[in-house]
Amino acid sequence: MTVPHRRPVLSALLACALVAGCSPASAPQDPPAQGIAINDPFEAQNRRVHAFNKGLDARVIAPVANRLRGSGERAPRDPDAPIGPLQMVINAGRNLSLPVKSVNGLLQGRPRDAGANLTRFAVNSTVGLGGIFDPATDSFGLSERDTDFGETLAVWGVPEGPYLELPVLGPSTQRDAVGQVVDLLIDPLYHLLDGREAGAVFALRVASKAGDRARFGDTVDGILRGSADSYAQTRLIWLMNRRHDLGESGDDYDPYDDAHVLDPYED
Amino acid sequence: MRTDRRGFLGLIACVGVAAVLPWRPAYALDANGAHALIDRSLEEVYQVINSGQPAAQMYQQFEAIFARYADVDVIARSALGPAARQADAAEFAAYRQAFQGYVGRKYGARFREFIGSRIEVTGARPLKSFFAVTSVAHLNGRAPMEVEWHVSNRSGQDLYFNIIIEGVNMLASERAEIGAMLARERGSMPALTAALQQAG
Repeated sequence: MTVPHRRPVLSALLACALVAGCSPASAPQDPPAQGIAINDPFEAQNRRVHAFNKGLDARVIAPVANRLRGSGERAPRDPDAPIGPLQMVINAGRNLSLPVKSVNGLLQGRPRDAGANLTRFAVNSTVGLGGIFDPATDSFGLSERDTDFGETLAVWGVPEGPYLELPVLGPSTQRDAVGQVVDLLIDPLYHLLDGREAGAVFALRVASKAGDRARFGDTVDGILRGSADSYAQTRLIWLMNRRHDLGESGDDYDPYDDAHVLDPYED
Repeated sequence: MRTDRRGFLGLIACVGVAAVLPWRPAYALDANGAHALIDRSLEEVYQVINSGQPAAQMYQQFEAIFARYADVDVIARSALGPAARQADAAEFAAYRQAFQGYVGRKYGARFREFIGSRIEVTGARPLKSFFAVTSVAHLNGRAPMEVEWHVSNRSGQDLYFNIIIEGVNMLASERAEIGAMLARERGSMPALTAALQQAG
Protein backbone atom coordinates (compact mmCIF):
# COMPACT_ATOMS: atom_id res chain seq x y z
CA MET A 1 0.00 0.00 0.00
CA THR A 2 1.39 3.37 -0.89
CA VAL A 3 0.89 6.46 1.18
CA PRO A 4 1.70 9.45 -0.99
CA HIS A 5 1.82 11.93 1.91
CA ARG A 6 4.96 10.47 3.32
CA ARG A 7 6.94 10.34 0.12
CA PRO A 8 8.75 13.72 0.35
CA VAL A 9 9.81 13.08 3.92
CA LEU A 10 10.87 9.56 3.11
CA SER A 11 12.91 10.50 0.10
CA ALA A 12 14.62 13.30 2.01
CA LEU A 13 15.49 10.88 4.78
CA LEU A 14 16.66 8.20 2.39
CA ALA A 15 18.81 10.73 0.58
CA CYS A 16 20.45 11.72 3.85
CA ALA A 17 21.09 8.14 4.83
CA LEU A 18 22.45 7.31 1.38
CA VAL A 19 24.70 10.35 1.17
CA ALA A 20 26.06 9.38 4.55
CA GLY A 21 26.36 5.75 3.54
CA CYS A 22 28.30 6.40 0.34
CA SER A 23 30.92 8.60 1.94
CA PRO A 24 34.25 7.22 3.09
CA ALA A 25 33.88 5.09 6.19
CA SER A 26 37.51 5.38 7.29
CA ALA A 27 37.16 9.01 8.29
CA PRO A 28 39.42 10.26 11.08
CA GLN A 29 37.94 10.02 14.54
CA ASP A 30 38.36 12.76 17.10
CA PRO A 31 40.30 11.62 20.17
CA PRO A 32 37.81 10.78 22.91
CA ALA A 33 37.61 13.52 25.52
CA GLN A 34 36.70 12.11 28.93
CA GLY A 35 35.83 8.75 27.46
CA ILE A 36 33.23 10.10 25.04
CA ALA A 37 34.20 9.19 21.49
CA ILE A 38 32.89 11.50 18.80
CA ASN A 39 32.90 10.23 15.24
CA ASP A 40 32.01 13.19 13.06
CA PRO A 41 33.66 12.99 9.62
CA PHE A 42 30.82 15.09 8.10
CA GLU A 43 31.27 17.96 10.55
CA ALA A 44 31.42 20.71 7.90
CA GLN A 45 28.18 19.53 6.29
CA ASN A 46 26.59 18.90 9.69
CA ARG A 47 27.45 22.41 10.82
CA ARG A 48 25.70 23.85 7.78
CA VAL A 49 22.59 21.82 8.58
CA HIS A 50 22.87 22.93 12.21
CA ALA A 51 22.92 26.60 11.14
CA PHE A 52 19.80 25.93 9.06
CA ASN A 53 18.05 24.12 11.93
CA LYS A 54 18.98 26.86 14.36
CA GLY A 55 17.53 29.51 12.05
CA LEU A 56 14.39 27.45 11.56
CA ASP A 57 14.06 27.07 15.31
CA ALA A 58 14.51 30.79 15.99
CA ARG A 59 12.16 31.95 13.23
CA VAL A 60 9.44 29.30 13.16
CA ILE A 61 9.50 26.68 15.87
CA ALA A 62 10.34 28.78 18.95
CA PRO A 63 7.72 31.51 18.27
CA VAL A 64 5.01 28.87 17.80
CA ALA A 65 6.24 26.97 20.85
CA ASN A 66 6.24 30.11 22.97
CA ARG A 67 2.71 30.94 21.88
CA LEU A 68 1.58 27.42 22.79
CA ARG A 69 3.37 27.63 26.08
CA GLY A 70 1.93 31.06 26.73
CA SER A 71 -1.55 29.51 26.84
CA GLY A 72 -1.26 28.72 30.50
CA GLU A 73 1.18 25.81 30.66
CA ARG A 74 4.31 27.66 31.64
CA ALA A 75 3.66 27.68 35.32
CA PRO A 76 4.35 24.49 37.24
CA ARG A 77 1.30 22.33 37.32
CA ASP A 78 -0.37 20.60 40.15
CA PRO A 79 -0.06 16.93 39.15
CA ASP A 80 -3.73 16.38 39.96
CA ALA A 81 -4.95 19.35 37.94
CA PRO A 82 -6.57 18.62 34.56
CA ILE A 83 -4.11 18.61 31.64
CA GLY A 84 -4.12 21.40 29.08
CA PRO A 85 -4.58 21.19 25.29
CA LEU A 86 -0.82 21.10 24.67
CA GLN A 87 -0.33 18.02 26.84
CA MET A 88 -3.38 16.41 25.16
CA VAL A 89 -1.76 16.76 21.73
CA ILE A 90 1.56 15.43 23.05
CA ASN A 91 -0.22 12.45 24.62
CA ALA A 92 -2.31 11.64 21.54
CA GLY A 93 0.71 11.80 19.23
CA ARG A 94 2.83 9.67 21.51
CA ASN A 95 0.05 7.13 21.80
CA LEU A 96 0.09 6.67 18.02
CA SER A 97 3.80 5.87 18.19
CA LEU A 98 3.16 2.83 20.39
CA PRO A 99 2.35 0.19 17.73
CA VAL A 100 5.70 0.65 15.94
CA LYS A 101 7.48 0.67 19.32
CA SER A 102 5.79 -2.61 20.05
CA VAL A 103 7.02 -4.04 16.72
CA ASN A 104 10.55 -2.92 17.60
CA GLY A 105 10.27 -4.54 21.02
CA LEU A 106 9.55 -7.86 19.29
CA LEU A 107 12.40 -7.39 16.81
CA GLN A 108 14.73 -6.76 19.74
CA GLY A 109 13.63 -9.96 21.47
CA ARG A 110 11.99 -8.01 24.29
CA PRO A 111 8.42 -9.35 24.23
CA ARG A 112 7.68 -7.88 27.65
CA ASP A 113 8.39 -4.34 26.42
CA ALA A 114 6.40 -5.02 23.27
CA GLY A 115 3.47 -6.26 25.36
CA ALA A 116 3.62 -3.25 27.69
CA ASN A 117 3.50 -0.81 24.79
CA LEU A 118 0.68 -2.68 23.09
CA THR A 119 -1.34 -2.84 26.32
CA ARG A 120 -0.75 0.91 26.80
CA PHE A 121 -1.99 1.52 23.27
CA ALA A 122 -5.13 -0.54 23.90
CA VAL A 123 -5.90 1.10 27.26
CA ASN A 124 -5.15 4.70 26.28
CA SER A 125 -6.83 4.51 22.87
CA THR A 126 -10.09 3.38 24.50
CA VAL A 127 -10.32 4.44 28.15
CA GLY A 128 -7.93 7.33 27.45
CA LEU A 129 -10.18 8.67 24.65
CA GLY A 130 -7.90 8.19 21.67
CA GLY A 131 -4.75 8.63 23.70
CA ILE A 132 -5.56 12.15 24.91
CA PHE A 133 -5.33 10.94 28.49
CA ASP A 134 -2.90 8.48 29.99
CA PRO A 135 -4.82 6.14 32.31
CA ALA A 136 -2.29 3.38 31.55
CA THR A 137 0.31 5.26 33.60
CA ASP A 138 -2.01 7.02 36.02
CA SER A 139 -4.14 4.03 37.00
CA PHE A 140 -2.15 0.94 36.00
CA GLY A 141 1.44 2.14 36.43
CA LEU A 142 2.18 1.00 32.89
CA SER A 143 4.71 3.48 31.53
CA GLU A 144 5.94 3.67 27.96
CA ARG A 145 9.02 1.68 26.89
CA ASP A 146 10.51 4.19 24.52
CA THR A 147 12.29 2.59 21.58
CA ASP A 148 12.76 2.76 17.82
CA PHE A 149 14.36 0.90 14.94
CA GLY A 150 17.69 2.62 15.62
CA GLU A 151 17.73 0.76 18.92
CA THR A 152 16.74 -2.46 17.16
CA LEU A 153 19.77 -2.06 14.88
CA ALA A 154 21.94 -1.45 17.96
CA VAL A 155 20.59 -4.63 19.56
CA TRP A 156 21.42 -6.50 16.36
CA GLY A 157 25.01 -5.31 16.64
CA VAL A 158 25.03 -2.65 13.92
CA PRO A 159 27.65 -0.01 14.82
CA GLU A 160 26.55 3.55 15.56
CA GLY A 161 28.26 5.08 12.53
CA PRO A 162 29.12 8.75 12.06
CA TYR A 163 27.19 11.53 13.75
CA LEU A 164 24.66 13.32 11.53
CA GLU A 165 22.57 16.41 12.01
CA LEU A 166 19.50 15.99 9.82
CA PRO A 167 17.50 18.91 8.44
CA VAL A 168 14.47 19.66 10.67
CA LEU A 169 14.82 16.30 12.48
CA GLY A 170 18.04 17.30 14.25
CA PRO A 171 20.80 15.18 15.81
CA SER A 172 21.16 11.57 14.68
CA THR A 173 23.71 9.01 13.63
CA GLN A 174 23.96 7.01 10.46
CA ARG A 175 22.39 4.05 12.25
CA ASP A 176 19.56 6.15 13.70
CA ALA A 177 18.87 7.89 10.38
CA VAL A 178 18.34 4.50 8.77
CA GLY A 179 16.22 3.57 11.78
CA GLN A 180 13.98 6.61 11.31
CA VAL A 181 13.27 5.60 7.71
CA VAL A 182 12.59 1.98 8.62
CA ASP A 183 10.29 3.05 11.46
CA LEU A 184 8.05 4.79 8.91
CA LEU A 185 8.07 1.71 6.68
CA ILE A 186 7.27 -0.86 9.38
CA ASP A 187 4.71 1.20 11.30
CA PRO A 188 1.59 -0.99 11.41
CA LEU A 189 -0.67 2.07 11.59
CA TYR A 190 0.38 3.27 8.16
CA HIS A 191 -0.28 -0.17 6.72
CA LEU A 192 -3.72 -0.43 8.30
CA LEU A 193 -4.98 3.06 7.52
CA ASP A 194 -5.81 4.60 4.17
CA GLY A 195 -3.95 7.59 2.80
CA ARG A 196 -5.96 10.33 4.47
CA GLU A 197 -6.04 8.68 7.85
CA ALA A 198 -2.34 7.94 7.66
CA GLY A 199 -1.72 11.59 6.81
CA ALA A 200 -3.72 12.63 9.88
CA VAL A 201 -1.76 10.23 12.08
CA PHE A 202 1.50 11.58 10.71
CA ALA A 203 0.39 15.19 11.30
CA LEU A 204 -0.60 14.43 14.89
CA ARG A 205 2.75 12.80 15.57
CA VAL A 206 4.57 15.82 14.18
CA ALA A 207 2.39 18.09 16.33
CA SER A 208 3.24 15.98 19.35
CA LYS A 209 6.96 16.41 18.71
CA ALA A 210 6.41 20.16 18.35
CA GLY A 211 4.52 20.10 21.64
CA ASP A 212 7.48 18.46 23.35
CA ARG A 213 9.66 21.21 21.97
CA ALA A 214 7.27 23.76 23.44
CA ARG A 215 7.24 22.16 26.86
CA PHE A 216 10.99 21.74 27.17
CA GLY A 217 11.79 24.90 25.24
CA ASP A 218 13.87 26.50 27.98
CA THR A 219 16.39 23.68 27.82
CA VAL A 220 16.61 23.77 24.02
CA ASP A 221 16.87 27.57 23.99
CA GLY A 222 19.63 27.42 26.57
CA ILE A 223 21.73 25.14 24.39
CA LEU A 224 20.98 26.78 21.05
CA ARG A 225 21.35 30.38 22.14
CA GLY A 226 23.36 30.25 25.34
CA SER A 227 26.24 28.11 24.14
CA ALA A 228 29.57 29.27 22.73
CA ASP A 229 29.41 26.40 20.20
CA SER A 230 25.84 25.15 20.04
CA TYR A 231 26.73 22.58 17.39
CA ALA A 232 29.37 20.87 19.54
CA GLN A 233 27.20 21.13 22.65
CA THR A 234 24.13 19.63 20.93
CA ARG A 235 26.23 16.84 19.42
CA LEU A 236 27.83 15.92 22.73
CA ILE A 237 24.66 16.04 24.82
CA TRP A 238 22.67 14.12 22.24
CA LEU A 239 25.30 11.39 21.84
CA MET A 240 25.73 10.94 25.61
CA ASN A 241 21.98 10.67 26.12
CA ARG A 242 21.43 8.34 23.16
CA ARG A 243 24.26 6.01 24.20
CA HIS A 244 22.86 5.97 27.72
CA ASP A 245 19.43 4.98 26.38
CA LEU A 246 20.94 2.20 24.26
CA GLY A 247 23.27 0.96 27.01
CA GLU A 248 26.32 1.96 24.98
CA SER A 249 27.83 4.52 27.38
CA GLY A 250 31.59 4.52 27.70
CA ASP A 251 33.69 4.18 30.80
CA ASP A 252 33.01 6.51 33.73
CA TYR A 253 35.44 9.40 33.82
CA ASP A 254 37.65 10.05 36.84
CA PRO A 255 39.18 13.55 36.72
CA TYR A 256 41.41 12.73 39.70
CA ASP A 257 43.23 10.23 37.49
CA ASP A 258 43.45 12.55 34.50
CA ALA A 259 47.02 13.83 34.18
CA HIS A 260 45.80 16.58 31.85
CA VAL A 261 43.73 17.99 34.66
CA LEU A 262 45.68 17.30 37.82
CA ASP A 263 49.44 17.31 37.84
CA PRO A 264 50.42 13.94 39.33
CA TYR A 265 53.72 15.43 40.56
CA GLU A 266 52.06 18.37 42.24
CA ASP A 267 52.42 17.19 45.83
CA MET B 1 42.99 -6.51 44.87
CA ARG B 2 46.60 -7.49 44.55
CA THR B 3 47.53 -10.43 46.67
CA ASP B 4 51.11 -11.02 45.55
CA ARG B 5 53.90 -10.63 48.09
CA ARG B 6 55.08 -7.22 47.01
CA GLY B 7 51.57 -5.85 47.21
CA PHE B 8 51.19 -7.31 50.66
CA LEU B 9 54.49 -5.88 51.86
CA GLY B 10 53.48 -2.49 50.43
CA LEU B 11 50.27 -2.70 52.37
CA ILE B 12 52.12 -3.45 55.61
CA ALA B 13 54.41 -0.51 54.94
CA CYS B 14 51.41 1.77 54.36
CA VAL B 15 49.83 0.70 57.62
CA GLY B 16 53.14 1.43 59.35
CA VAL B 17 53.37 4.88 57.83
CA ALA B 18 49.75 5.60 58.71
CA ALA B 19 50.48 4.61 62.32
CA VAL B 20 53.27 7.13 62.74
CA LEU B 21 51.44 9.98 61.01
CA PRO B 22 49.99 12.62 63.34
CA TRP B 23 46.51 11.73 64.47
CA ARG B 24 43.72 12.90 62.21
CA PRO B 25 39.99 12.39 62.66
CA ALA B 26 39.05 8.91 61.49
CA TYR B 27 38.03 9.62 57.97
CA ALA B 28 37.00 7.42 55.12
CA LEU B 29 34.36 7.99 52.53
CA ASP B 30 31.84 5.20 52.36
CA ALA B 31 28.53 4.66 50.60
CA ASN B 32 26.56 6.07 53.53
CA GLY B 33 28.69 9.20 53.64
CA ALA B 34 28.29 9.77 49.90
CA HIS B 35 24.53 9.17 50.16
CA ALA B 36 24.25 11.62 53.06
CA LEU B 37 26.25 14.29 51.22
CA ILE B 38 23.86 14.25 48.27
CA ASP B 39 20.83 14.18 50.57
CA ARG B 40 22.06 17.28 52.40
CA SER B 41 22.95 19.12 49.24
CA LEU B 42 19.56 18.39 47.66
CA GLU B 43 17.76 19.45 50.81
CA GLU B 44 19.50 22.84 50.64
CA VAL B 45 18.76 23.22 46.93
CA TYR B 46 15.05 22.56 47.49
CA GLN B 47 14.95 25.02 50.39
CA VAL B 48 16.13 27.70 47.96
CA ILE B 49 13.79 26.59 45.16
CA ASN B 50 10.79 26.70 47.48
CA SER B 51 11.80 29.96 49.16
CA GLY B 52 10.15 32.08 46.45
CA GLN B 53 13.00 34.62 46.43
CA PRO B 54 13.93 36.73 43.40
CA ALA B 55 15.90 34.72 40.83
CA ALA B 56 19.16 36.68 41.23
CA GLN B 57 19.26 35.91 44.95
CA MET B 58 18.53 32.26 44.28
CA TYR B 59 21.45 32.03 41.86
CA GLN B 60 23.81 33.32 44.55
CA GLN B 61 22.56 30.71 46.96
CA PHE B 62 22.84 27.92 44.36
CA GLU B 63 26.43 29.03 43.82
CA ALA B 64 27.11 28.86 47.56
CA ILE B 65 25.61 25.35 47.76
CA PHE B 66 27.69 24.26 44.76
CA ALA B 67 30.84 25.66 46.40
CA ARG B 68 30.01 23.84 49.64
CA TYR B 69 29.22 20.39 48.28
CA ALA B 70 31.10 20.13 44.98
CA ASP B 71 34.82 19.93 44.30
CA VAL B 72 34.78 23.20 42.35
CA ASP B 73 38.54 23.09 41.90
CA VAL B 74 38.63 19.76 40.07
CA ILE B 75 35.46 20.55 38.08
CA ALA B 76 36.87 23.91 36.97
CA ARG B 77 40.21 22.29 36.09
CA SER B 78 38.59 19.47 34.18
CA ALA B 79 36.38 21.92 32.25
CA LEU B 80 39.44 23.93 31.28
CA GLY B 81 41.33 20.83 30.14
CA PRO B 82 45.07 20.97 29.40
CA ALA B 83 45.03 24.80 29.65
CA ALA B 84 44.53 24.38 33.41
CA ARG B 85 48.12 23.26 33.81
CA GLN B 86 49.51 26.17 31.86
CA ALA B 87 47.57 28.88 33.71
CA ASP B 88 49.35 30.59 36.61
CA ALA B 89 47.82 30.40 40.06
CA ALA B 90 46.26 33.87 40.11
CA GLU B 91 44.75 33.48 36.64
CA PHE B 92 43.34 30.11 37.57
CA ALA B 93 41.90 31.38 40.85
CA ALA B 94 40.07 34.20 39.04
CA TYR B 95 38.77 31.78 36.43
CA ARG B 96 37.65 29.31 39.10
CA GLN B 97 35.70 32.04 40.90
CA ALA B 98 34.03 33.13 37.65
CA PHE B 99 33.28 29.49 36.77
CA GLN B 100 31.56 28.97 40.11
CA GLY B 101 29.25 31.93 39.53
CA TYR B 102 28.55 30.78 35.97
CA VAL B 103 27.47 27.34 37.21
CA GLY B 104 25.20 28.92 39.84
CA ARG B 105 23.44 31.01 37.18
CA LYS B 106 23.39 28.49 34.33
CA TYR B 107 22.04 25.53 36.29
CA GLY B 108 20.08 27.74 38.68
CA ALA B 109 18.16 29.22 35.77
CA ARG B 110 16.42 25.86 35.40
CA PHE B 111 14.90 26.02 38.88
CA ARG B 112 11.35 26.54 37.60
CA GLU B 113 11.32 23.01 36.18
CA PHE B 114 12.01 21.74 39.69
CA ILE B 115 9.17 23.52 41.50
CA GLY B 116 6.88 20.84 42.84
CA SER B 117 9.35 18.11 41.89
CA ARG B 118 11.34 15.77 44.09
CA ILE B 119 14.62 13.93 43.73
CA GLU B 120 14.81 10.64 45.55
CA VAL B 121 18.26 9.30 46.41
CA THR B 122 18.04 5.58 45.73
CA GLY B 123 21.48 4.20 46.56
CA ALA B 124 25.25 4.48 46.54
CA ARG B 125 27.94 2.13 45.26
CA PRO B 126 31.73 2.22 44.98
CA LEU B 127 32.98 2.97 41.45
CA LYS B 128 36.68 3.19 40.56
CA SER B 129 38.24 5.44 43.21
CA PHE B 130 34.97 7.12 44.13
CA PHE B 131 31.29 6.53 44.91
CA ALA B 132 28.32 6.79 42.59
CA VAL B 133 25.13 7.97 44.27
CA THR B 134 22.03 7.16 42.25
CA SER B 135 18.83 9.16 42.37
CA VAL B 136 15.59 9.54 40.47
CA ALA B 137 14.18 12.96 39.60
CA HIS B 138 10.39 13.11 39.45
CA LEU B 139 9.49 16.21 37.45
CA ASN B 140 5.95 17.24 36.58
CA GLY B 141 4.65 15.71 33.40
CA ARG B 142 7.93 14.05 32.55
CA ALA B 143 9.07 10.46 32.78
CA PRO B 144 11.29 9.94 35.87
CA MET B 145 14.94 10.75 35.12
CA GLU B 146 18.03 8.96 36.37
CA VAL B 147 20.48 11.30 38.03
CA GLU B 148 23.85 9.99 39.19
CA TRP B 149 26.30 11.88 41.41
CA HIS B 150 29.98 11.02 41.60
CA VAL B 151 31.43 11.68 45.05
CA SER B 152 35.13 11.57 45.96
CA ASN B 153 37.30 12.36 48.96
CA ARG B 154 40.47 12.79 46.93
CA SER B 155 40.39 16.54 47.57
CA GLY B 156 40.61 15.83 51.32
CA GLN B 157 36.88 16.36 51.80
CA ASP B 158 33.79 14.45 50.68
CA LEU B 159 32.63 16.37 47.62
CA TYR B 160 30.83 15.55 44.41
CA PHE B 161 32.62 16.22 41.15
CA ASN B 162 30.18 15.14 38.46
CA ILE B 163 26.43 14.94 37.87
CA ILE B 164 25.12 12.63 35.17
CA ILE B 165 21.52 13.16 34.07
CA GLU B 166 20.22 10.39 31.80
CA GLY B 167 23.75 9.78 30.61
CA VAL B 168 24.55 13.46 30.03
CA ASN B 169 27.54 14.26 32.17
CA MET B 170 28.24 17.74 33.40
CA LEU B 171 32.05 17.54 33.30
CA ALA B 172 32.06 16.51 29.65
CA SER B 173 29.55 19.12 28.51
CA GLU B 174 31.29 21.87 30.49
CA ARG B 175 34.63 20.87 29.03
CA ALA B 176 33.17 21.26 25.53
CA GLU B 177 31.56 24.57 26.48
CA ILE B 178 34.55 26.12 28.28
CA GLY B 179 36.82 24.81 25.51
CA ALA B 180 34.66 26.59 22.91
CA MET B 181 34.67 29.81 24.96
CA LEU B 182 38.44 29.67 25.38
CA ALA B 183 38.87 29.14 21.63
CA ARG B 184 36.58 32.13 20.98
CA GLU B 185 38.80 34.23 23.28
CA ARG B 186 41.87 32.96 21.38
CA GLY B 187 43.25 31.12 24.37
CA SER B 188 43.32 34.11 26.72
CA MET B 189 42.54 33.15 30.31
CA PRO B 190 41.64 36.69 31.48
CA ALA B 191 39.27 37.07 28.51
CA LEU B 192 37.70 33.67 29.29
CA THR B 193 37.23 34.73 32.92
CA ALA B 194 35.58 37.98 31.82
CA ALA B 195 33.28 36.08 29.42
CA LEU B 196 32.31 33.62 32.16
CA GLN B 197 31.34 36.48 34.46
CA GLN B 198 28.73 37.46 31.87
CA ALA B 199 27.65 33.95 30.83
CA GLY B 200 25.17 31.51 32.33
